[in-house]
Amino acid sequence: MLLEPSLIVSAVLFTLGVAGVLIRRNAIVIFMCVELMLNAVNLTFVALAQTLGVGGQIFVLIVMAVAAAEAAVGLAIILAIFRHRETVNLQHLNLLKG
Amino acid sequence: MPATLVVFWVFAGAAIASALLCITRRNTVASALWLVVTLFDIAALFVMLDAQFIAVLQILVYAGAIMVLFLFVIMLLNLGPGTASDVKGPVGFAIATVLAAALGIQLLALLRAGPPAAAGDLARAGQSEGMIAAVARPLFTVYLVPFEITGLLLLAAIVGAVVLAKRQL
Repeated sequence: MLLEPSLIVSAVLFTLGVAGVLIRRNAIVIFMCVELMLNAVNLTFVALAQTLGVGGQIFVLIVMAVAAAEAAVGLAIILAIFRHRETVNLQHLNLLKG
Repeated sequence: MPATLVVFWVFAGAAIASALLCITRRNTVASALWLVVTLFDIAALFVMLDAQFIAVLQILVYAGAIMVLFLFVIMLLNLGPGTASDVKGPVGFAIATVLAAALGIQLLALLRAGPPAAAGDLARAGQSEGMIAAVARPLFTVYLVPFEITGLLLLAAIVGAVVLAKRQL
């Protein structure tokens, strides 16, 4: 019964995450928007697990573990960049610009 | 409209509203705190979708551990209130909005294909042996190898984070 509304909410949240990645320049906020997208996909998995079996919920568990690992490594990279360049604004991180 | 649907849309609306606030606040800390609100609302949606265990993990791991990590890094970098260049200018903003709207329309159009029809076996399995057992049994039998590989991945992440963040080894 809640499947269709869940998929709609999940699509909207994913879109908001993508919009956040596109409109922000702060590396940390962009990283948080990626987490928002992961959560939207998790919502899809849980909604479909209701009818298609418990495998979806186990996949969500693994997605959470991967997200935790990704957050730890990603924030360490942001810290290293900040130490090097004194900024996390992506506008100023244009080393590859020709 | 049934009561469950009303409660569902209350939490869903709160999740969408706080996600919107999360991506528009210039202050990084405010942004992170609105994301925490979103994560709590999504946890409530998980409970309504027969995933109580995932909901508890969502609060413990996401709202508890990962967001604290984010706030800790924000504090460490001493970012403070955001500057004007934190959000893209009008042109970039318009292009981003159009692109995101196009993606949203495409995702919502996917729903027109209709959800897959199958028997609701999860709620029945949960009633006979409890929801945690229904998740844990396949996790330690059918999905044992992915579960163990996840542990290995977390170990690699710990080592990687220490190597990256340490000034000199």
